Amino acid sequence: MRTVDCKIIIDEVARLCQEANFKLEEDVIASFKRSCASEVSQSGKEILNLLVENANIAAAESLPMCQDTGVAVVFVEMGQDVHLINGDFTEAINEGVRRGYREGYLRKSMVGHPFERVNTGDNTPAVIHLKLVPGDQIKITVAPKGGGSENMSALKMLKPAEGVEGVKKFVLDTIRNAGPNPCPPLIIGVGIGGTMEKCALLAKEALLRPVGQPHPLPDIAKLEQELLVSINRLGIGPSGLGGITTALAVHIEIFGSHIASLPVAVNINCHAARHKSVVI
Amino acid sequence: MTRVRLTTPLSGEITTNLRIGQQVLINGVIYTARDAAHKRLVELLDQGKELPIELEGQIIYYVGPSPAPPGRVIGSAGPTTAGRMDAYAPRLIEQGLKGMIGKGARSAAVVEAMKKHGAVYFAAIGGAAALISRCIVESEVVAYPDLGPEAIHRLVVKDFPAIVVNDAYGGDLYQEGRKLYCQE
Repeated sequence: MRTVDCKIIIDEVARLCQEANFKLEEDVIASFKRSCASEVSQSGKEILNLLVENANIAAAESLPMCQDTGVAVVFVEMGQDVHLINGDFTEAINEGVRRGYREGYLRKSMVGHPFERVNTGDNTPAVIHLKLVPGDQIKITVAPKGGGSENMSALKMLKPAEGVEGVKKFVLDTIRNAGPNPCPPLIIGVGIGGTMEKCALLAKEALLRPVGQPHPLPDIAKLEQELLVSINRLGIGPSGLGGITTALAVHIEIFGSHIASLPVAVNINCHAARHKSVVI
Repeated sequence: MTRVRLTTPLSGEITTNLRIGQQVLINGVIYTARDAAHKRLVELLDQGKELPIELEGQIIYYVGPSPAPPGRVIGSAGPTTAGRMDAYAPRLIEQGLKGMIGKGARSAAVVEAMKKHGAVYFAAIGGAAALISRCIVESEVVAYPDLGPEAIHRLVVKDFPAIVVNDAYGGDLYQEGRKLYCQE
């Protein structure tokens, strides 16, 4: 058994909220540069170059790369041999978000009630996904998620008979329908299987993978590649102004499902694929 | 393509000369407004009351900036999804609004209102918020401070880069751009 003080969780979450919003990971920036080399649209090329410049300015000046600093989505892998002291775990995460968003001059985008729509003023509540794992460490990943891309995401319960073709059609329909709205070029997380909520979570988890890293199963990796090619043939392009770079990557996660079910979730991320982790 | 320098307020003559794909550099005063501010503006119009900002010839930038760190005029300030304002935009265009800056597609009703009243819709690069903030030289909240990031700001911009996506003739650059590269 290892004892961890909740104060450490507060400090780390506050730091991760800021770092995730200021510093785009190198794999994402590298994918902009790769796409810029292959993009055929002149305006598309210019936009991809400007996205690299934007990421550089954000990192150098500690400014958010996007004004929408998002819902604070926090993934926690909690070692089962950890004993938390000096506080309430959920409250510690929320306090970290509160502090991180205040100290980092990040935009507070959360309303407390979906109909009353009064801003909570501190970007809480965080959306927390907790997984219990072996060991005595805690891994925390903060993945701020903007509203513009999240709004274009979708979930559908397919019939098993629709199979892989049904999945492909649904993913393509979702991206076609999203068009220029979610700030292409996109990172696309796809969850297949599980139950409705599990499937949506898989799609979100898929967004955390380094850009373009294929799924370990060859058939799923092949499907990721096929979908990426099909999506980039839609012509939407950078900023939706036309081009062959609509998506930078498609990441799929799968899970077992009921004999009656084939859920598919598409979680769209804009080009600001933000996430930062720490192991405590 | 050369960029046309525009200065607000915009006359109908200027906006009706713009065509889709035209790149522009916007100068002068523009106003920010998002979902909640739009709702309030339209409610005031419904009640026959005066608006907190003069719309004639103006541009509304759909943005909820991040807070200004010390020593800065504004935080990051990229465009937000314009479609969420579609329910309200035609009413504001009727009131003299000549331009909107955002990202993403507009509804048929907004396109019709733009045609009828000679207004245009510009796109700015979604997500390029740190870069865009460099073009904003002044910022002050002029209405609805209680809305936080959704308050109406009066911005002064210098060479703010944007591109005409919908012109006053029903043109749509998103559709045209997509057609050029679509291989479905």
